[in-house]
Amino acid sequence: MKDFTRYTGTSDYIVSEDLQNDVNVSIALGRPLLIKGEPGTGKTLLARSVAAGLGQELLTWNIKSTTKAQDGLYIYDTVQRLNDSRFGGNDVSNIENYIKLGKLGEAFARETQVVVLIDEIDKADIEFPNDLLAELDEMKFYIPETKKTIAARQRPAIIITSNSEKELPDAFLRRCVFHYIEFPNPELMEKIVRVHFPDLAEQMIQEAMTAFYQLRETEGLRKKPSTSELIDWLKALLAAGHNGKVDLQKNLPFLGALLKNENDYEIAARQRQAFQKRSAMTPFRR
Amino acid sequence: MVTPTEWLALMEALSRGFAGNSLVSFYHLSRSLLVKTEALFDHFDLAFREFFTGLEVPPEIFAELWQWLGQESLRREIGADALKDLPQYDWETVRKMFEERLKEQKEKHNGGNRWIGTGGTSPFGHGGHHPGGLRVGGEEGGGMAVKIAAERRFKGYRRDVTLDVRQIKVALKKLRHLRRTGSRLELDIDETVDKACKNAGEIELIFTPEHKNDVKVLLLMDAGGSMYPYAKLVDRLFSAANSVNHFAQFNHYYFHNSIYDYLRPEIDGRERIPTAQVLKELNPDHKVILVGDASMAPYELFMENGIIDYYDRNETAGIVWFERIASHFRRTVWLNPMPERYWRHPTIAAIGQVFPMFHLSLEGLDEAIKKLTAF
Repeated sequence: MKDFTRYTGTSDYIVSEDLQNDVNVSIALGRPLLIKGEPGTGKTLLARSVAAGLGQELLTWNIKSTTKAQDGLYIYDTVQRLNDSRFGGNDVSNIENYIKLGKLGEAFARETQVVVLIDEIDKADIEFPNDLLAELDEMKFYIPETKKTIAARQRPAIIITSNSEKELPDAFLRRCVFHYIEFPNPELMEKIVRVHFPDLAEQMIQEAMTAFYQLRETEGLRKKPSTSELIDWLKALLAAGHNGKVDLQKNLPFLGALLKNENDYEIAARQRQAFQKRSAMTPFRR
Repeated sequence: MVTPTEWLALMEALSRGFAGNSLVSFYHLSRSLLVKTEALFDHFDLAFREFFTGLEVPPEIFAELWQWLGQESLRREIGADALKDLPQYDWETVRKMFEERLKEQKEKHNGGNRWIGTGGTSPFGHGGHHPGGLRVGGEEGGGMAVKIAAERRFKGYRRDVTLDVRQIKVALKKLRHLRRTGSRLELDIDETVDKACKNAGEIELIFTPEHKNDVKVLLLMDAGGSMYPYAKLVDRLFSAANSVNHFAQFNHYYFHNSIYDYLRPEIDGRERIPTAQVLKELNPDHKVILVGDASMAPYELFMENGIIDYYDRNETAGIVWFERIASHFRRTVWLNPMPERYWRHPTIAAIGQVFPMFHLSLEGLDEAIKKLTAF
C-alpha cells in the first residue's frame, strides 16, 4: 500500500477518490492513464495537478492532426544537416548533432521521474496510437541513425487525454488504465467553484449554479456548457463587478461565455423567455 | 472483450492491495483496468450487479440486525498485531458462521468478539475490526458497490441505444481514403537528399502534396411518412455527415419511401433532380449511404407507376432504381432505423438483397462503415 497512495490531489484541483486511485494504479503498474470526458472537465489540468502533487516536472506533448508518433521520440533534422554540409556550421560527421529528442524521448532520458502529458491524442491520425505501442510498453526506443537505444531510467507517469473525436485502437486501449471523468454533480461543482473563487458571494454561487445546470438541461443544445465555461463565465461576472449584485434568475449577462454556438444561443434565449413568462403568470406558486 | 493482458493487470493490482478491502474500490479498479470505453460501463455495471447482488445480506435478517447495530458504535481500539491474531476465515465460512450465529443470538450485542454487533472484533457486524469479516449495512460496504453499479449512471453512453451528432461524427470519421492531393506543401526529404546528391551538394528543395482525405459521400434519405418517428435520428445523421469537414465531397438527396425517376435536394422543397443525372454526375467512387425504413406497400417498390405521390408517375419500378444505384457505385450500404426483428417484411427483405443493410445504431453504423471502407 505504501508505494500506492502517492497522488492525493492538489489544493487548486478537486479530484474524486476513484480518479485519485486510477492515477496511482497507473503509476504503480507503469501503464499509461487514458482520460476521457466531456470537453472542459479538466482532463488537461489533471496532468498539471499530478505533476504538482508528486513534485515532478511535467512534459506536455500537444498532439495536432499532423503529429506523427516519431515526433515524440526523436527528430532527425536532415535538412539542417544538408544545409550545414553545404554552407558549413556544425560538425556534419557527427550525426548526433542532428538528433533532437521529442517529449517522450526527453522523458525517457531524464534522470528523475517526470509526468508526461500526451494531450488530445484523438487529434492525430487514427494510426498514431498504434505507432507508440512498443515504446509505451517497454519505455524505450532505438535510434537507427546513431545506433543507440534510449531507455527510460525511471518509468515516467504518462497521462493521455482524449476528446473521443476518433476512436482509439483496441491494442492501444489494452495497455492503458482508463478513467472517464464524469460531469461533476452540483456538490462537486460547488467545491470546484469555491477553489477557483474563494471570495464569491454565497448567493451568487447558488444562483450561478442553478442557472448553469438549468442551461445544461436545455433540450437541443449542440454544445452543453461545461466546467471550464462556468469558470470563465464567473470570471467575467466578477470582472464586471457583478459579485452578488445581479439577479441571475432575471437575466444572464455574458451568455457568450457559456454558449459557443449561435444556434444554442437562440434556443437558450427562447427557453428563458418561456420560463420567465411562466413564472410571471404564476407569481404565487413560486 | 477483456484480454489476458488486462486480466493479469487486474490480478497484479489486486495482489498489491490496490483495492484495499473495499468492494467499492474493487469496482472502480476493475472497471478502469478491464473496460476501456465509457460505452461499455453500463454493461459492466449490469454484470457487476448480477454477480455481487447475491453476496449481500438477505433483507429479512437485515432489518432486525440493523436494530441491534443501530445507535451505538463504540469502536474498540486494537493494534495491528492484535488484528493479525484474529482468526482468518474465508467468505464461505464467514457466511455460514454468520447464519449459525444469527440463529443462536437472541439480542443486541456490542463490543464483543463473538456475537453480531457494533465496534467489536467478531467477524460480523458494523463499525468494528475484523480482517475478512462480514459487514452488515453501514455507509460503505459490499452493498454500496452494488448500489453504484445499480445506479447505472452510464446508461446514456451505451453505443447500442443512443446516437448523438458527435457520436455519429466520430463514426463517420473512419470513412477516409488518404491520397496525396492539392498544392505541394510538404517537404519530400528523400527526394531532396537524392536531388542534392545528384547536384553535387547543391541543395534543391522538393515539395510534395500533403496527404488528404479523398472520400466522397452520397447520403440518400427517406423522408416518407413512415419515417416520421425517426426524423430526429435521420436529422442527426445528416447534420453529423454535413459537419464532418474532411470529406472531399458530400452530396445528399431525399426520397419518399422508394427512389424513382427523381430525387429531392431539399427535404420539403418542390425542386427535383432526375436520378439518372445524379448517377451520371457522381463517379462510382462515392460511398453511398441510404437511410430508410424500407417499409412500404409492395407495389410501391415493385411496380411501375407504384409511386405513392398521387400526381406522380414513374416509368421504372423503385427496385430497378435501387439496383441501378447498387451497380453504379462500388460501395453502398443501407441504414435502417427499424429494429432487425422487423426485417422479414417483404420490401425490407427485397431491399436487403440489393444493399447490405445495417441497423441505424452506433454499432450498426460502425459495421456499415467497415463495409464502406473495405477493399
